[in-house]
Amino acid sequence: MSWLTPQVAATLIAIAQAIVILLAAVLIGAVMTVVERRLLGLWQDRYGPNRVGPFGSLQLVADMIKIFFKEDWIPPFADRRLFVLAPSIAMASLLLSFMIIPITPGWGVADLYIGLLFFFAMAGINVYAVLFGGWASGNKYALIGAMRASAQTLSYEVFMGLALMGVVATTGSFNMRDIVAAQADLWFIVPQFFGFCTFLIAGIAVTHRHPFDQPEAEQELADGYHVEYSSMKFGMFFIGEYVGMVLVSALIVTLFFGGWQGPWLPPILWFAIKTGVFLVLFILLRASLPRPRYDRVMSFGWRICLPLTLINLLVTGAVILLNTSA
Amino acid sequence: MSVGTPTLEAAAKRAPDDIVEALRQQFGDAITCEQASLTGMPVLWVARDKLLKVMGYLRDLSDGFRMLFDLSCIDERLRSHRRGLPDADFTVFYHLLSINRNRDIMLKVGLAESDASLPSCTAVYVNANWYEREVWDMFGVEFRGHPRLARILMPPTWSGHPLRKDYPARATEFDPYTLTVAGQNTEQQALKFDPESWGMQRERDGSEFMFLNLGPNHPSAHGAFRLVLQLDGEEVIDCVPDIGYHHRGAEKMAERQSWHSFIPYTDRIDYTGGVMNNLPYVLAVEKLAGIQVPARVETIRVMMAELFRISSHLLFLGTYLQDLGAMTPVFFTFTDRQKAYEVIEGITGFRMHPAWYRIGGVMQDLPRGWDRLMQGFLDWMPARLREYEKAMMENAIVKERTKHIAAFTTDDALTWGVTGPNLRATGCDFDLRKKRPYSGYQNFDFEVPLGHNGDVFDRGQLRIDEMRQSLRIIQQCVNNMPAGDYKADHPLTTPPPRERMLQHIETLITHFLQVSWGPVLKSNESMQMIEATKGINSYYLTSDGNTMSYRTRIRTPSFPHLQQIPSLMRGGFVPDLIAHLGSIDFVMADVDR
Repeated sequence: MSWLTPQVAATLIAIAQAIVILLAAVLIGAVMTVVERRLLGLWQDRYGPNRVGPFGSLQLVADMIKIFFKEDWIPPFADRRLFVLAPSIAMASLLLSFMIIPITPGWGVADLYIGLLFFFAMAGINVYAVLFGGWASGNKYALIGAMRASAQTLSYEVFMGLALMGVVATTGSFNMRDIVAAQADLWFIVPQFFGFCTFLIAGIAVTHRHPFDQPEAEQELADGYHVEYSSMKFGMFFIGEYVGMVLVSALIVTLFFGGWQGPWLPPILWFAIKTGVFLVLFILLRASLPRPRYDRVMSFGWRICLPLTLINLLVTGAVILLNTSA
Repeated sequence: MSVGTPTLEAAAKRAPDDIVEALRQQFGDAITCEQASLTGMPVLWVARDKLLKVMGYLRDLSDGFRMLFDLSCIDERLRSHRRGLPDADFTVFYHLLSINRNRDIMLKVGLAESDASLPSCTAVYVNANWYEREVWDMFGVEFRGHPRLARILMPPTWSGHPLRKDYPARATEFDPYTLTVAGQNTEQQALKFDPESWGMQRERDGSEFMFLNLGPNHPSAHGAFRLVLQLDGEEVIDCVPDIGYHHRGAEKMAERQSWHSFIPYTDRIDYTGGVMNNLPYVLAVEKLAGIQVPARVETIRVMMAELFRISSHLLFLGTYLQDLGAMTPVFFTFTDRQKAYEVIEGITGFRMHPAWYRIGGVMQDLPRGWDRLMQGFLDWMPARLREYEKAMMENAIVKERTKHIAAFTTDDALTWGVTGPNLRATGCDFDLRKKRPYSGYQNFDFEVPLGHNGDVFDRGQLRIDEMRQSLRIIQQCVNNMPAGDYKADHPLTTPPPRERMLQHIETLITHFLQVSWGPVLKSNESMQMIEATKGINSYYLTSDGNTMSYRTRIRTPSFPHLQQIPSLMRGGFVPDLIAHLGSIDFVMADVDR
């Protein structure tokens, strides 16, 4: 056992952790597809999927089998290379972002110095997935969806970054573990309330969740940018959306709700509970709200959210200056 | 005599009509004949070359006939009882309506088969466009000067004109249907949209327009409806509705079904309206037969029709909100519809298409305990309606999506032949249940809700208010259901009451004849308009003294409502278009028939 130096052991443990977190993220994303349908059913006075296994618990397995064995069809008029590339980007960029999230004091993939910036970069890359998917499909509905998605994501990412600058300025670091540590006494939801509001909105918009699902807008665009996708390529877009949801929930928890911190329960449970609350919030929004018009979504972003984040940042800066000079 | 059922004598004895007199003075010999009928309006035969002048005159009268309510044709070649009518192989008829005078007039033009053409009246009434296309499609009558006389209900590749009497009515009279690969390609090619043929530009200032096919299969097209959009970004520059994908030839079927056996077909015209569809048909037949139904029948009919109005409006509300992106309300409205269907099922034994009205009555008497069942529904609904208002109609996003979107004025509505809730949303107080009560509506106490802006919001809110009024009407039915027979005591009541059929040989023979051959109705013409779920639905029946109808014209509200879409949507956004489609409340079966 001479090769098992502490260094190698640490590396192996890190790899194992990374694999576990990766699988957990995908699995939770997949489970969310079923959880969402069950919850929607609950709120809509119906059952939702309850036929496969006890209480529908095996629905996910059935869905998986179905989606894996469906015909993987690429339309003859599609741009083949981009068409195949798009869903991989959609899935990969979001999964990579999980890397920066400190789940518990001991768990997490990478402790990056620029943690938060890495997330912004990945969210930026994610736009390409939608754009490529919509363009390569050679379908007009997909194209309109892609145009909407890129315009929307670009505008909302502007203030998504700015919304978090208050947190970064207060902590003095982009590192996620530092940010969690800085919330030991007071969660950032209190001093950074407006930052939280705008980040939540931007997070919904960036993951194309209802009511910001204009890129998909079933009633208008018949599913938008992924209308031509089938089988597992569609599955990757689909699971990708849920992975995005989990990611944004986890980020909100880490940045504004003290991450894993909390009394009595072990950190992992605190993290899971807090994240779960936001996941349910995402679904509740979908169940309860109609969809605003696309141009209103854009003007809401630029005219209300962006000024709000700027003011928030300004006030935060002023407070920090006051405190340091005193 | 009640208001809804004038007899032949009453029609003949009617005092000389001021409008007919005025027309005779103005146009003299151009009015070739005044036809006596049971349609309840003057029916004038007009010389072909004077038609447009007469129409223009009627439209521009003070309180004139602003709406072209209906336009279609009759193939007269096999008609044996014509009683001194002018010679004609084809008769094109124009049914004009004046809201302010609350009266109608029908103009007819006779055409010879060798010269089946007449001037298009699209310059006088814009909404004649689709109606004339339909007449051309179905009868091969040509309209000179029509902007685009193309097929509308049949595929562009079709040959023949189906409603002509020499066109076969049964599938067995044709060769078996085949579709080859080449045939499929031809059909598809024929459906390809060609912007130039519609006078559309392909580009503007160097940037290309997108032509987007919305439908025939699209989640928000509410059936097989195709709309070709000319888009600049998301702005709709122009659009072209394309209908006919749900055409089943109901009017042709009526010509080979007995008066009695056509009733189930009417259920499927507006398939969300159930027995509401039976009503104009049986009322029109009863006019021909001279049947006066007992008060109990009238009340039962009103009650069931209003119940179906609620059911249809609930479907509307759920899908309307779903088109605005709210996914949950539709499940709640379907829960309510289920409650309505439990009552309908208990009373009629069927759910969507009960075909429950009969000539001279209804199929059977109300079952024991029907009132408790109905009361349960009446108690359930009001709180739910309030909930929909609180959760959705008062929601800021819903308001922002619907207020001042796709708005039109009463004038526009009349120009395009818009009726029903969509007309009343513009503030025009025209509800046939009040203005021309039929089936005993004059005995009920209810209000007619009106809108103000004629926009998507008003069209939605108005239907919620209408449901409340319908509940009021049903409550009055439950409280005051008259005693009596559920069928009229008349030889033409079809089928005759079963209890008597089992005991009297005369009734048994009548029953046998009516069920095997069908009742024979005297030759005449009758018409009944009703305030159906989606607007004014009317049946214009021509009897040639036979067991079957000679011609059944079904005027449905959804047809003109779709024709109006392009005039509203130019300059709107795609989401506005979807919101408008959701607010029209149409079903394609009601459009194509």
